[in-house]
Amino acid sequence: MKRLSRYRRHRAAGPFLLVVALLAIGTTFNVASATVAQSPNSFARTSAIEEGRQIFLKGCSSCHGLNAEGGAIAPSLIGVGAASVDFQVGTGRMPMADMSTQAMRKAPVYNAEETAALAAYVASLAPGPAIPTDAVLNYERDGSTAEGGELFRNNCAMCHNFAGQGGALTQGKYAPTLMGVEPKYIYEALITGPQSMPVFSDKTITPAEKLSLIKWIKSAENEPNLGGATMGRIGPVTEGLLAWVLGIGLLIGIAVWLTTKAR
Amino acid sequence: MQDPGPAPHVMRNADIDPKAEKRAEQQVAILFGLSGVSSLLLIYSYVFIASDVFVFIPVMGSQNVQQLGLGLGMSFSLLFLGLGAIHWAKKLMPETEVINHRHEFRSSDEDRDELVKTVKHAAAEVKLGRRSLIKRSLGFSLGLFALPPVLLLRDLGPLPKKQLETTNWKAGTRLVTDPGNRPILASDLEVGAVVQTLPEMPDETERLLSDIAKDPVLLIRIRAEEFQLSPEKLAMTHDGIIAFSKICSHMGCAVALYEQTTKHLLCPCHQSTFDVTRGAKVIFGPAARPLPQLDITVDEEGYLIARAPFNESVGPSYWERNSQ
Repeated sequence: MKRLSRYRRHRAAGPFLLVVALLAIGTTFNVASATVAQSPNSFARTSAIEEGRQIFLKGCSSCHGLNAEGGAIAPSLIGVGAASVDFQVGTGRMPMADMSTQAMRKAPVYNAEETAALAAYVASLAPGPAIPTDAVLNYERDGSTAEGGELFRNNCAMCHNFAGQGGALTQGKYAPTLMGVEPKYIYEALITGPQSMPVFSDKTITPAEKLSLIKWIKSAENEPNLGGATMGRIGPVTEGLLAWVLGIGLLIGIAVWLTTKAR
Repeated sequence: MQDPGPAPHVMRNADIDPKAEKRAEQQVAILFGLSGVSSLLLIYSYVFIASDVFVFIPVMGSQNVQQLGLGLGMSFSLLFLGLGAIHWAKKLMPETEVINHRHEFRSSDEDRDELVKTVKHAAAEVKLGRRSLIKRSLGFSLGLFALPPVLLLRDLGPLPKKQLETTNWKAGTRLVTDPGNRPILASDLEVGAVVQTLPEMPDETERLLSDIAKDPVLLIRIRAEEFQLSPEKLAMTHDGIIAFSKICSHMGCAVALYEQTTKHLLCPCHQSTFDVTRGAKVIFGPAARPLPQLDITVDEEGYLIARAPFNESVGPSYWERNSQ
């Protein structure tokens, strides 16, 4: 103890204790809150819907209401369909970790089975868009990259950026990047219109056209970098920054060198 | 005060120390050498590296080796050439101050007299005064030669006249999807849906780029009770479906960032924000006018049609536009 107390006036003692305290609080909170996410394996379940209802009551009802009727801070889930649940829960957007402006993509809290159960429960409340099957999602066979590109530029590029990298909306909201998103989730986002995104229903952008869109996005993901570094593919912002900071910095350096007298 | 004159010349190391001179010479040679090696890199990349080879480089990601070699070779060969030249000039080239006084601009009297004499003599020699046919035909051709450039100024016009005020929307024109050219049933749109549409063209009429530049209309469906519109603007909607020109009233960009939650339409170019529930009223940004609203209804088959053309010019302001 005496050896320890020697360091109590050390310069680093304050920051060190702060870090230890923060870690302790964080770990405790994590352990304590992790219990919420535990699967309700102990419940006897008769069907996926019943299991989904149980998960819903534990994990979702505090915001979305006991009967999914919605509340002051969360929308009603009646009629949103299985596709919406699969998108929101499968990509980890729901349940939200905090009440920030926008639910962001993170590691999913529920596993595939629990997500399917939740989706089955919400779909049982009222009819809504269903989860697309793998047979529907054969974009490699049924999609056309050229058509997808045209659709993307008309409908998606304004928010998600011309290369699908995502972009800013108003007041802290943003359109997320589309790179590395599973085809199923792209399809579900199109038919359900999550958060700020509008709905692109099957009548106006047909399922075949949706597959073309997915095919284009996948081809954009694998676009070779023939022009050098992409710098995020977000257009003139990074390019301008680099030109101004590096380019003009270099020119100023050379100008200074040019005018100093040689020794 | 007396002019102090130029400061005393300070010798450089290379001027007084032969060792330093040798060193500077070598440095310049190394820079020029590096430039040459870079040029060789460019030639090697072009000739010997296949165009489909990629390599992963930290920060930059996967890069095409050939393109990288061409770019680096070209930039380094130029950079080192420049650096070498500057280094040479600064270290080794003579740098004693030299004063070169300005001479008088006026030529000497003999030169001036000589010129006048030469011109007069040449004019008499070619007998310009007596060859009136050549003189007149030359004048004729030079005069006509000046005309075409004046005539070509015609290409600054003609004025666009009605083109800026009219679109292909007429009473009864169906709204069709773009791309796809499919007519749209009012029931095809769910609440929260948007569709980019164009006017249906008469059979075998080709859609020109200039049409696509001004015709696009954005269809948005919200819950009808959310509209806060004047009665005449409300009458232009159909069952919660409202149609706006997609061309921004500020600079003509395609306005299509639609936030379903806030019912705001944003222009990606300058962040003009339009409130859909209030008839695309501008609530932020540089746009001066709301987006023109298209009067829509459905035909007997249930397809969405325009009830009337736009009642104002779409797109940005121009000189003759009535900006009311």
